[in-house]
Amino acid sequence: MSGQEYAFTVLAVVGSIAAIAVVTARNVVHAALYLVVTLSCVGGTYLLLGAEFLGWVQILIYVGAIVILFLFGLMLTKAPIGRDDLDNQQRWLAIPVAALVFAGLVFLIQDAFPVKEAVATESFQASTGVIGESLFRHYVLPFEAVSFLLLAALIGAIVLARKDDA
Amino acid sequence: MVRLPFVLFFSALLFSAGVYGVLARRNAVMVLMAIELMLNAVNVNLIGFSAQLKDVNGQIFALFVIAVAAAEVGIGLAIVILLFRNRESINVDEVNLLKW
Repeated sequence: MSGQEYAFTVLAVVGSIAAIAVVTARNVVHAALYLVVTLSCVGGTYLLLGAEFLGWVQILIYVGAIVILFLFGLMLTKAPIGRDDLDNQQRWLAIPVAALVFAGLVFLIQDAFPVKEAVATESFQASTGVIGESLFRHYVLPFEAVSFLLLAALIGAIVLARKDDA
Repeated sequence: MVRLPFVLFFSALLFSAGVYGVLARRNAVMVLMAIELMLNAVNVNLIGFSAQLKDVNGQIFALFVIAVAAAEVGIGLAIVILLFRNRESINVDEVNLLKW
């Protein structure tokens, strides 16, 4: 194993533990803070995989913006504390379903890309310039569609959350 | 360089945690958080394959997924706040008006 793989394993283990804590935490604010740890670890793995631009985008957008939105949502809705208020009665059914999904995915991955035969290629660095060139040369139309989608979401969120009598 | 199966296993675990969260949580904000976990698992996969195949297209797709996730959270939280204003509760199992 190379140094990069050790670093990746550490980040992946911390991120996985925090991800499980997100879905099992009894306190909603703690769950949001565990989500910060998970998203930061995922951003770190992007940096290790050579996706420098996406690593920082992940930190900026997810940790900087989306988690803050979640915290606002929690504060504005008087979130309850405790397992009975947070989880429903399907909890014991959900555990085997999630375990089955994980086992199935691990089986398929092991079948398609066996760990023993996996070869480590030399690292691939996609600079911000390369991403920008590809984005504006081959993906201009999807880019514009996404910007339109964000505008629609912005207007929709304002219309939905606004008080009517104001 | 990180070997591909390590990346895929990490992504599978994130996705399974998200599946559990969506099924077991009754607080709507927590369900949205679990959906974010699943979207992140997809992004990890896209970037892992992008690094393995030395192709920048995977990273562009991940960028689009992040943008759509941001839009989804904005709309989702607006709906949750609207629900709280009308029902005084954001438990998803109490929202059964359209249930057969």
